[in-house]
Amino acid sequence: MSEIREFDCRPNDQTGAESPLAWSLQRGPVPDADTQAGVTLRESAFMGHLILRGGAIVLDEAVREVLGINLPARPNTLTLDSTGERSIQWLSPDEWLIVVPGGEEFALEKALRHALGQAHFSLVNVSGGQTVITLSGPKARETLKKSTPYDVHPSAFPVGKGVTTIFAKTSVTLRQPKADCWELIVRRSFADYLYRWLLDAAAEFGVSVER
Amino acid sequence: MFHIYCPYCEEYREEEEFHPRGQAHLQRPADPENCSDEQWGDYLFFRDNPRGIHHELWVHSVGCRKFFNITRHTANYEILETYKMGERPSITAETLAADERQSGVQTASGGWQTVGARPEDEALNTEARA
Ligand SMILES: [Zn+2]
Repeated sequence: MSEIREFDCRPNDQTGAESPLAWSLQRGPVPDADTQAGVTLRESAFMGHLILRGGAIVLDEAVREVLGINLPARPNTLTLDSTGERSIQWLSPDEWLIVVPGGEEFALEKALRHALGQAHFSLVNVSGGQTVITLSGPKARETLKKSTPYDVHPSAFPVGKGVTTIFAKTSVTLRQPKADCWELIVRRSFADYLYRWLLDAAAEFGVSVER
Repeated sequence: MFHIYCPYCEEYREEEEFHPRGQAHLQRPADPENCSDEQWGDYLFFRDNPRGIHHELWVHSVGCRKFFNITRHTANYEILETYKMGERPSITAETLAADERQSGVQTASGGWQTVGARPEDEALNTEARA
């Protein structure tokens, strides 16, 4: 067992918490939910985000044991569990992003630390620093094309791919966990800016926001 | 606009995602306490400025955030190769000149080129300065 002190960043008490998009969704423009819209935005708020760093060979076994998912070894790829709720994404040759349903991250962190023991690794809970915006609908890809220089054509960006790239003059982690469902993992402080950018970019296709 | 192949992401990305960080293969004097002022000054301040092949350190700052090397032609901006940290370039001014001689093409520039910074390639630099 490592000597690292662990603490739950989100204890189960009555402390109020606001997602990075709370302000935008309360005060900003919020188009009504519309099933006919070309693009639908939704914030997957309060997910558990963990950054896992270390050598792939060292981490792979522990991750499979604890999460039941293979560590994606290929660059720019993403693996999901059978429910599609938990994912691991390759960020760099020694760095992965784990996203799990909110509330699971502390138990997962403890289990991974236990499984990795004295191995050389780093595990950091970054849940408070970022959020997930999902983009779906028939015109989601068109909206992305207006926002990022990265090629999102199906031949270049298949399901199961994820990249960190330039997006609307800032950076996001963009991924496609399932067909025609895009996830943007954005920094907390850029969330409102990107939300407004996406509303503006998708306005011509008809945009709706699910809450 | 460059389209740069990141050897870690294993694909081409837009130039916007990268930052150049100067000359590659600089070697810090092994024993800074006992090297000469000139050696230390060369290491800290003096960089090659060739017309031709230049080996540069770049970072994929919006992406995998890894440092890697680019071999670039400073006159026509052509990127000849990118390679990981700790690796040596396969294309240098010398190999390029040899290729050109072999294919009967005259070397375009009379410029000299070094592979790295001074401590590593003392002889080449001395020659060039003379
Ligand atoms: Zn990269």
